[in-house]
Amino acid sequence: MKKYILTSILAALLTLGGLSVPALAGPEDVVVENAWSRASIGVNRPGAAYMTIRNTGDEPVTLIGLTTPLAMMPEIHETKTNAEGVSSMSPAGKIAIAPGESVALEPGGLHAMLMRLQEPMTEGETFPLTLLFDDGGEVTVEVTILGISARGPED
Amino acid sequence: MRRRAILGYGAAGVGVVALMLFAGWWQVDGPGGPEPIGQRPVALTAMDFRLTDHEGNAVGPETLIGRPTMAFFGFTYCPDVCPTTLSDISGWLDDLGDEADEMNVVFITVDPERDTVETMAEYVGYFHPAIRGWTGPEEQIARVADGFHATYERVPTESGDYTMNHSASVFLFAASGRFVTMIDYHEPREFAVPKIRRALEEEMEGAT
Ligand SMILES: [Cu+2]
Repeated sequence: MKKYILTSILAALLTLGGLSVPALAGPEDVVVENAWSRASIGVNRPGAAYMTIRNTGDEPVTLIGLTTPLAMMPEIHETKTNAEGVSSMSPAGKIAIAPGESVALEPGGLHAMLMRLQEPMTEGETFPLTLLFDDGGEVTVEVTILGISARGPED
Repeated sequence: MRRRAILGYGAAGVGVVALMLFAGWWQVDGPGGPEPIGQRPVALTAMDFRLTDHEGNAVGPETLIGRPTMAFFGFTYCPDVCPTTLSDISGWLDDLGDEADEMNVVFITVDPERDTVETMAEYVGYFHPAIRGWTGPEEQIARVADGFHATYERVPTESGDYTMNHSASVFLFAASGRFVTMIDYHEPREFAVPKIRRALEEEMEGAT
């Protein structure tokens, strides 16, 4: 556990330096890259955060939840668009990532849904988001807040 | 993909039941009424609805006739698909440059309860200046969606409020009001922009 916490702090420090610096997760070798979100208008609307979660280790990892001081109810959601072009969104449940595989949280697909915001998401600021894994491991990343009309981490 | 494979036959059974429920809902209460699913929008000239734009102006289908139109449905409380679509559209408009000045670009809310005129004004202000926000009474929103053969549905969330499922495609109409084509959600820019140009060109043909 101690190793997780230490590496999480290191990851947070590294991520503050720039979007492309990977957050190293420690024992499980979970690497989170390009964590970004859009600014919010006030606190009434839910926010969404996006990132790539890479399992560089030899064991499968399973993402089971999220915590952040920014939102009282953060959840992994998935947006789906059916054959009629109708989009809907629902909790994604647990997400298993095989060794060497990665999962992309990106617009129109999986995303970290940030419900019940405690404060507005302001462009240029960051917030910590902790990913919870089924073995008790945790990875905290600093998510960069871009403009409302941002299209991706490169914007 | 993998998950879909794992779900297998069990999901097929659930799917049949869900489809029957959906079909029942559709025929009785659905915004598409008795029409078959996935039909194309009618011409703007055949539509009839009264809405208000984000500056408080009364608008209707006739507001759009005379210029090519790009329209889509959404709601400002949408955390994912709608801001992404608005960003995509802003990018397409940037690509089109001056040509975009020839177009109507309209974002129609499916959540009039929360998306008042003021809310729409604040929200569209964050995106490309060409984008107009339209809202109105629920029954008028239902009429627009009917004309577009678009669907939307209010879905309660665990947190006690609600979200909206809605058609995520962008609809393109010629200056005459004739429906040209649609751009699917997340269609790459290299396909989307030529489609918009096609709608713009139909205007030229109509004029000559
Ligand atoms: Cu939406």
